[in-house]
Amino acid sequence: MNEAEWLLVGGMALVTFGIRYPVLALSGRLKLPPRLLQALHYVPPAVLTAIVVPAVLVEADNLWISWQNPRLIGAIVALAIGLWRQNLLLTIVVSMAAFLLWQFIV
Amino acid sequence: MAIAPDIDHKSTPWREFGAGARQTIPLIIGAIPFGIIFGTLAQTSGLSFAGAAAMSAFVFAGSSQFIALGLLATGSPVGIIVLTTLVVNLRHLLYAVGLVPYLQPLSPAWKAALAFWLTDETFMVAIQRYQAPDASPYKHWFQLGSALAMYGNWQLCTWLGLTLGQAMPNAANWGLDFAMVATFIGMTIPYLKTRPMVATVLVAGITALGARSLPHQLGIMVAAIAGIGTGVLVETMQKPESSHP
Repeated sequence: MNEAEWLLVGGMALVTFGIRYPVLALSGRLKLPPRLLQALHYVPPAVLTAIVVPAVLVEADNLWISWQNPRLIGAIVALAIGLWRQNLLLTIVVSMAAFLLWQFIV
Repeated sequence: MAIAPDIDHKSTPWREFGAGARQTIPLIIGAIPFGIIFGTLAQTSGLSFAGAAAMSAFVFAGSSQFIALGLLATGSPVGIIVLTTLVVNLRHLLYAVGLVPYLQPLSPAWKAALAFWLTDETFMVAIQRYQAPDASPYKHWFQLGSALAMYGNWQLCTWLGLTLGQAMPNAANWGLDFAMVATFIGMTIPYLKTRPMVATVLVAGITALGARSLPHQLGIMVAAIAGIGTGVLVETMQKPESSHP
């Protein structure tokens, strides 16, 4: 590892920990308003969806809504299996398989 | 979904630790291809073997590690990559705030450890454990178990990817990063049980598409905040019938 790589890894590590830790460090002196606590319930699904939807539908900054898009097919399979069987592992494995198969065929 | 609590009434630190690791297994399986791809991509992006291994060991934030590789490949300066990492990982701030009520009584060392190992996956599994009705005093051990299982797996997969990358240089083009999409969809589905949650997801998704051109992945933050606001709004509007989200 050269100096630039140390700088890169060190900088990334520092800012990432700097986001994850301070709120927890101060938590003893922090009293959260009930409104904020209510809003926190919605954080996980909102963040996950905000990451996933563009990852599925955007290709090189353009919308790609077509049966030829293997990510879209995989995502639909994931939704269907997930809603039907309510099993996380099954959802991941089957939709991965659908995605790879579709990518191979189309 | 399958994150049902399999905790005994007599909870001990080790039992909680084991249960945390076990309940993270589906998410670990989703992370395996992702970690391997990171390892294989690292070399084509110009990051050394040691540099990639160190990034996984010290940064431990999958999506920002990927984005860093992309930026490295285009020759971006270190400062820009670090700044982008900051923006992409800002969502962890929301997770940390969500954990505050449960981690408040812990020592600084515990807080630092759980903060360092905080990821999307561990947050999702741990928050359900914290919210479970039983009064176990060792729920933070559950989070630690989940976190260390994810961490160990991420290191292993990075090394595997780095090694495989030398053998199969085009493995990065197989599209295995779809595993992240599959995992995140699977993690979202259990939330889709109430009207405010469905509204949150719809608005977050549509906003993310609209805001995709914002620089430095800021669209993710904008979309998440729009979705959260919508959920709170819908919940407030339907309060008379049901008060629980």
